[in-house]
Amino acid sequence: MSEDDDRSPPSDSVTTTDSCFSKTQTCTSGSTSGSGPSSVPEFQAPYPDQVLENVLENVLCFLTSRRDRNAASLVCRSWYRVEALTRSELFIGNCYALSPRRATSRFTRIRSVTLKGKPRFADFNLMPPTWGAYFAPWVSAMAKAYPWLEKLHLKRMTVTDDDLALLAESFSGFKELVLVCCDGFGTSGLAYVASKCRQLRVLDLIESEVSDDEVDWISCFPESEMCLESLIFDCVDCPINFDALERLVARSPSLRKLRLNRSVSIGQLHRLMVRAPQLTHLGTGSFRPSEDVAHGEQEPDYVSAFAACESLVCLSGFREIVPDYLPAIYPVCANLTSLNLSYANITAEQLRPIIRNCHKLQILWVLDSICDEGLQAVAATCKELHELRVFPIDACEDSEGPVSEVGLQAISEGCRKLQSILYFCQRMTNAAVIAMSKNCPDLVVFRLCIMGRHRPDHVTGEPMDEGFGAIVMNCKNLTRLAVSGLLTDRAFSYIGRYGKTVRTLSVAFAGDSDMGLNYVLEGCPRLQKLEIRDSPFGDAALLSGLHHYYNMRFLWMSSCKLTSGGCQQIARALPRLVVEVINDEADEDMGNFVDKLYMYRSLEGPRDDAPKVVSIL
Amino acid sequence: MEGCSKITEACPQLLDLIPREREWLVKRADERSSEEKKLELRLGPPGEEWSLRENAKNADDRERDESLLSLGYFSNGNQHTRKFSSPENLQPGSVWFNQQLSQQAKATPFLQFPSKTVTTRQSLPVMAKESSQPCCTKVVVDLQQSAEKKAFSPPAPANTAVVPSSSQKRTAPGSVVGWPPIRSSRKNLASSSSSKPVTDSQNESPNKKVASEKPVETCKKGMFVKINMDGVPIGRKVDLTAYDSYEKLSTVVDELFRGLLTAQRDSSAGGIMSEQEEEKAFMGVLDGSGEYTLVYEDNEGDRMLVGDVPWHMFVSMVKRLRVLKSSEVSALSLGSSKQGKESTDEMRRKNFAAKILF
Repeated sequence: MSEDDDRSPPSDSVTTTDSCFSKTQTCTSGSTSGSGPSSVPEFQAPYPDQVLENVLENVLCFLTSRRDRNAASLVCRSWYRVEALTRSELFIGNCYALSPRRATSRFTRIRSVTLKGKPRFADFNLMPPTWGAYFAPWVSAMAKAYPWLEKLHLKRMTVTDDDLALLAESFSGFKELVLVCCDGFGTSGLAYVASKCRQLRVLDLIESEVSDDEVDWISCFPESEMCLESLIFDCVDCPINFDALERLVARSPSLRKLRLNRSVSIGQLHRLMVRAPQLTHLGTGSFRPSEDVAHGEQEPDYVSAFAACESLVCLSGFREIVPDYLPAIYPVCANLTSLNLSYANITAEQLRPIIRNCHKLQILWVLDSICDEGLQAVAATCKELHELRVFPIDACEDSEGPVSEVGLQAISEGCRKLQSILYFCQRMTNAAVIAMSKNCPDLVVFRLCIMGRHRPDHVTGEPMDEGFGAIVMNCKNLTRLAVSGLLTDRAFSYIGRYGKTVRTLSVAFAGDSDMGLNYVLEGCPRLQKLEIRDSPFGDAALLSGLHHYYNMRFLWMSSCKLTSGGCQQIARALPRLVVEVINDEADEDMGNFVDKLYMYRSLEGPRDDAPKVVSIL
Repeated sequence: MEGCSKITEACPQLLDLIPREREWLVKRADERSSEEKKLELRLGPPGEEWSLRENAKNADDRERDESLLSLGYFSNGNQHTRKFSSPENLQPGSVWFNQQLSQQAKATPFLQFPSKTVTTRQSLPVMAKESSQPCCTKVVVDLQQSAEKKAFSPPAPANTAVVPSSSQKRTAPGSVVGWPPIRSSRKNLASSSSSKPVTDSQNESPNKKVASEKPVETCKKGMFVKINMDGVPIGRKVDLTAYDSYEKLSTVVDELFRGLLTAQRDSSAGGIMSEQEEEKAFMGVLDGSGEYTLVYEDNEGDRMLVGDVPWHMFVSMVKRLRVLKSSEVSALSLGSSKQGKESTDEMRRKNFAAKILF
């Protein structure tokens, strides 16, 4: 009930039925589903339209999926209006697709915002760091429009300490802050959030760059008992005040998720685990003893600490693991559904005793140091596995690599329920990929990264076309695909022909001619995000997608064969598309090929915060 | 393979400048697709056989490696820097190139096509030095020249697009920006010691055999130094290359913190600071006469008073700045000329205490 009170904004002048409105609000709480028009207030006979709107509200508030809501809002004006009033979660996939003002004027009752900024290739330093995706204009707009905001989920945005300070000041009921792959802020900003957001339940920093301002942000949490449920800071690369953290954990009885950074030693981890056996998600920090522990010293009983955590289902961390300590996690293996060893340089022998017990495992992230043998061990036990990520310990382009098609084949045979795979390797065969397409038909995400550029099937010498072709052919639910290795236009013709459900496609160093891109643009109606680098696609190919670009979130093409003339043509043909060209070199003479093209649909036209390197056509 | 065009305009043309007729393509025994052959550009002793098969002996591979200069891969000029918004960045890029080559004892030196003028000039002499085989060098130089003559228009993008064959894989890992697509936090895991992962890693570990080298964080655009003020939780950053004197720096410090200081005082004293008071607070930041004093931490971790050494020397030594209350300055033993040093750890502990109490 209190939620509804929060929801009624003081400045609600959107509809004419103000009084009815506030009364209707109480009816739209989730618990009372039966109350329809009969609960319309008695002091005023409602207009027929009002009745309809009240009905709509009651019904529409049950729509949670944003796709459903988007569809509903297109029915008619009345539905549009009511949908806008009842939407409480706002998802913005590209922060430049619209302005903050437009969002806040349409949706007035938002309590949760998800905002995404830069495209994924920015993670790999392909974008200038000053490119944009600033959170500042959004937070200032939201501070005024959504004072009752509770949740904020940002991905690849540039967030400054000032932004965090404003956030902390403006939203008194703020509960959840999730920052994924963000940058621009430091521990000072965290200090603000910790001290001012008294209702904070979730503070998750995932793969973000947090600068060390030498501020003890952990101590900034209020001293009283906290409702903190999740504290994830494994990416924060600076030391923390451990004693303060221990006290924080002790006064947070609701804490379920705790992911420590690598400044936390295993001895410290033990102290925390003893205080919080109710944890369900644990990031273990460094998983090594601190340097000042003498060798003969009595070590705490790590096994018991893990055994006490009966609810633990997700384990990660191991940032600087001393493998001798790994067996401490035996007691929890049988319950684990998610295990992240992707920072742990361990061998197959060290993995085997662990993985042998992980029958319930659904998500596994590992390093390729476990080799094909390690993957075979995984395949033998983890029959419920639906997500696997194998990261390279040495990201280079060597001919030898610890994992290969052997590991992939084993996984495909053992883990039939696999839905998502990310696999880095040095060599691969079509046969293994085809096998996976047949053994794991439920695949939704298939990302294979053969690190050597243009590398063919190392057994047959053929391009990897047939393998990827089989994937799009056999995996009917495939929505995300990343290709690599030696690929000709034929691979793309397969994708265009069979990849009807593909939404995200990543291409690098592939293809022969414009036809490749053409196949994809004409063949994949669901394509939303297309990122291409270093492939020989030119203007003709780019132009062949004109019919589709408004349906896409973005297109990224770097180091291809596009000219600025071609990009200009697109910009002229599609006025609602923002066409950004980034040329790193000021050297105009070296041909008119465009370095980087990033284009996206937008209601606002060219943005005004672009750095000089970016030219918007 | 059917469906793929032969040598037409549409085909990727790294080889715009090396027409097939020139027999650059070395004959191979094994089967390769015609596209690959087209795209292939190799240098090596004529008649040498190539095998694509991975199970070719590694020793053979490596030998071939060293004797061959593989063309066709080259980098965009921006590979080493995160901030590549200005042409000045080319300089450091080329420097990197030189460094890389000198560090690579065994790895294949590779030729960079002259798409970026600066790199070109650098690469020519370097290549000449690095190449062990005269024929290769000559060929290299020839190619370079012919490339320039032909007014090689497709720049970096086009060429990088067509990097053929498996032997290219021998090229240094640091050659391509953002490849393989791994976030920097996941790099350099082979040396899982306590070294901090550098956030700005750019595939810069040059020798692929030694995976533990820490990439050098190079700040090409400006020199940003953190500056904290006692009692103010939010730290700032200043770009020292933007100033050329201590006066300018002190003005900037004034601007940065004045507002915060006012807010701080307002909330604690409940009063409004008059303009004069504001000014007074920051005057004399350099000479110790005002309420606050500027100190800095140098590259050895020592705390020094700002203003003692010439500006350019200061810029080369400073690692971070701090604005302290003048009363506290005398309490800390500052080394203004390397005397009375306090250990960095002690400093940190003091800072911690200060921060906790704010």
